[in-house]
Amino acid sequence: MSEIVNTDYLQCLLKSWSVKSAESQSWLNQLRAQAIDRVSTQKLPTRRDEEWRFTDISPLARLPYQSSQPQYDLQLHDIEHLFLDEAKNRLVFIDGHYSPQLSTITDDKALVIGNLPEFLSAEGSILQSHLGQYAQFDDNVFTALNTAFLRDGALIHVPKNILIAEPIHLLFIATQNEVTSYPRCLLIGETGSQVTIIEDYVALQQAAYITNSVTEISLAASAHASHIRIQRESTQAFHLANCAVSLAHASNYQSVSISLGSQISRYNLDVRLTDEAAECVIDGLTLISDRQLADTHTCIDHLKPNGTSHQQHKCIVDDAAHAVFNGKIIVRPHAQRTNSSQSSRNLLLSRAAQIDTKPQLEIFADDVKCAHGATVGQLDPEEIFYLESRGLSEMAARNLLTYAFGAEIISRIPVTSLKRQLEQTVLNQTQSK
Amino acid sequence: MIDKNSTTILSVQGLRASINGTEILKGIDLTVKSGEIHAIMGLNGSGKSTFAKVLAGHSAYEVTGGSVQFEGKNLLELPPEERARAGLFLAFQYPIEIPGVANTQFLRLAYNTVQAQRGKEELDPLEFDDFVREKMKLLEMKPDFLERSVNEGFSGGEKKRNEILQMALLEPRLSILDETDSGLDIDALKIVANGVNQLANKNNATILVTHYQRLLNYIVPDFVHVMQAGRIVMTGGKELALELETRGYDWINTNKQSVAGVTA
Repeated sequence: MSEIVNTDYLQCLLKSWSVKSAESQSWLNQLRAQAIDRVSTQKLPTRRDEEWRFTDISPLARLPYQSSQPQYDLQLHDIEHLFLDEAKNRLVFIDGHYSPQLSTITDDKALVIGNLPEFLSAEGSILQSHLGQYAQFDDNVFTALNTAFLRDGALIHVPKNILIAEPIHLLFIATQNEVTSYPRCLLIGETGSQVTIIEDYVALQQAAYITNSVTEISLAASAHASHIRIQRESTQAFHLANCAVSLAHASNYQSVSISLGSQISRYNLDVRLTDEAAECVIDGLTLISDRQLADTHTCIDHLKPNGTSHQQHKCIVDDAAHAVFNGKIIVRPHAQRTNSSQSSRNLLLSRAAQIDTKPQLEIFADDVKCAHGATVGQLDPEEIFYLESRGLSEMAARNLLTYAFGAEIISRIPVTSLKRQLEQTVLNQTQSK
Repeated sequence: MIDKNSTTILSVQGLRASINGTEILKGIDLTVKSGEIHAIMGLNGSGKSTFAKVLAGHSAYEVTGGSVQFEGKNLLELPPEERARAGLFLAFQYPIEIPGVANTQFLRLAYNTVQAQRGKEELDPLEFDDFVREKMKLLEMKPDFLERSVNEGFSGGEKKRNEILQMALLEPRLSILDETDSGLDIDALKIVANGVNQLANKNNATILVTHYQRLLNYIVPDFVHVMQAGRIVMTGGKELALELETRGYDWINTNKQSVAGVTA
């Protein structure tokens, strides 16, 4: 792929960029301007970049889709089937644009929740100290692009010691063909707060489009957040996502991310344990088929002592699909008594399916407990025999074990209706007849 | 119990089997009739667990000789699932864990699969729930057992109880318990043994595969067979197990010539 095409792609995207209205905050304009500067000095990554060696995104260069325009004719009944019973607060974004008509906010007394631009004055200084502070765009062209085009986005700010029992649903719906959307989320959990958010990417129809999303999460001391991320885009779409998480003292971050859709998807999750005794549990499931490519890159960075991180990532790959997992764990010199585990388990359902998994441990402290393991393979014959000895046919045994392989991750989603939906999805995709 | 009028459930003649070209079973003869409890004892590597797996149809083993009749059928012709449906049950030494599948889901699937094959009525989740809870009392199992993933995070005793629960649900004609006593403390052993005793009746039969005599204090066998190097080298009554316990397996080597004449 020539670099001319490559450069053209970014130039082409930037044509539609402009400093928006004059009334917006100058710090935000500055941030966007910095981002645009970075974009203009970067190129689309190629497989020569270490971080992209398994994932060829060159097809993207042929799709310089412009920013989506707001679309207003969608009605509640068009999207109701995507709602989750448990979620009393729901922010809906259509092709990246916030839709107040389709959103439901019930908890705005207890917490700050809504579309980012609405809070630029009321929450200005808070936003300024968080937005763009975790998801660095210096060497990430997609985060730079997202920040340059930053406009609408989900803002959730949970005040000190406030516990929000019901999950908050952030629903990003793709409706248009050949557009790029730039979803953005910011979650700020103050000291001792607790919240569950569901970041949900769906398409109303099969369409070719690009989602370039950035999520930032900041948890103050002893704050808890459960972050569920479902990527069920159209299988013709490109999904490029970055999530950056910053954990303060004794805070706790639990993440379950499920990748089902997209022709090519890439999810970067960076978690920094910036103070003592922070904890994170990071689980992931990739379930793909046909010629899909799904790449998950995670980095868990232990900066201070007594931190805990547990990660399990699973891939089920059928047909000629290709899954990538790169899990980096850094334990810095001061991060003594870190307890970290990582497991990457992968199931190939066809001969043409491909998996690249790369655990990457960088440990600079001496008093740590780190366990990691990776397996790639087919189902275990001993497990199949066990089920056959209970009367199940070989096919039924294989189906059950394949389902279970995926369902183990799904079972960690603390939202029952979503869990049931996804169990059904796993069931449908893993059963051969 | 031994009964002259009972029917033969299992008839093994000259069974030989190998794994990866190495012969493990070198000619086994065994007859099991309804109502009987047999114990197969032997040191590690004697072939007793292999014998259990070959009967259940494990594909890693190749049968190289002999015959096995089960309820008048040629057992060796049947794939493992059909052996199970025909009424053969193997309680595993190391039951596998299936994270992601609730125990109740798995138990119902196994139960209904076997019921359907036997032309009997399948149960819906509610009906099954009542049914399985009744069976669980037999093994003093807590109700949360049903909602947990199959064997995941179960203690050794819980796994073995789960095996016997499956046996209770599937109502086999022949149960083979492979080292069911291993890894059990005395309380768990008593519960498991009590379950097995309650399930044993004049129409079914049980084979206990074990290294130690301990289990046989609680499940009293009608016959004790000693395996060595892939063959049954000695058969006797329940006293044989006690003899082994006090004298050790080495004793067999000096005495097998004289006692080998005693057969079932």
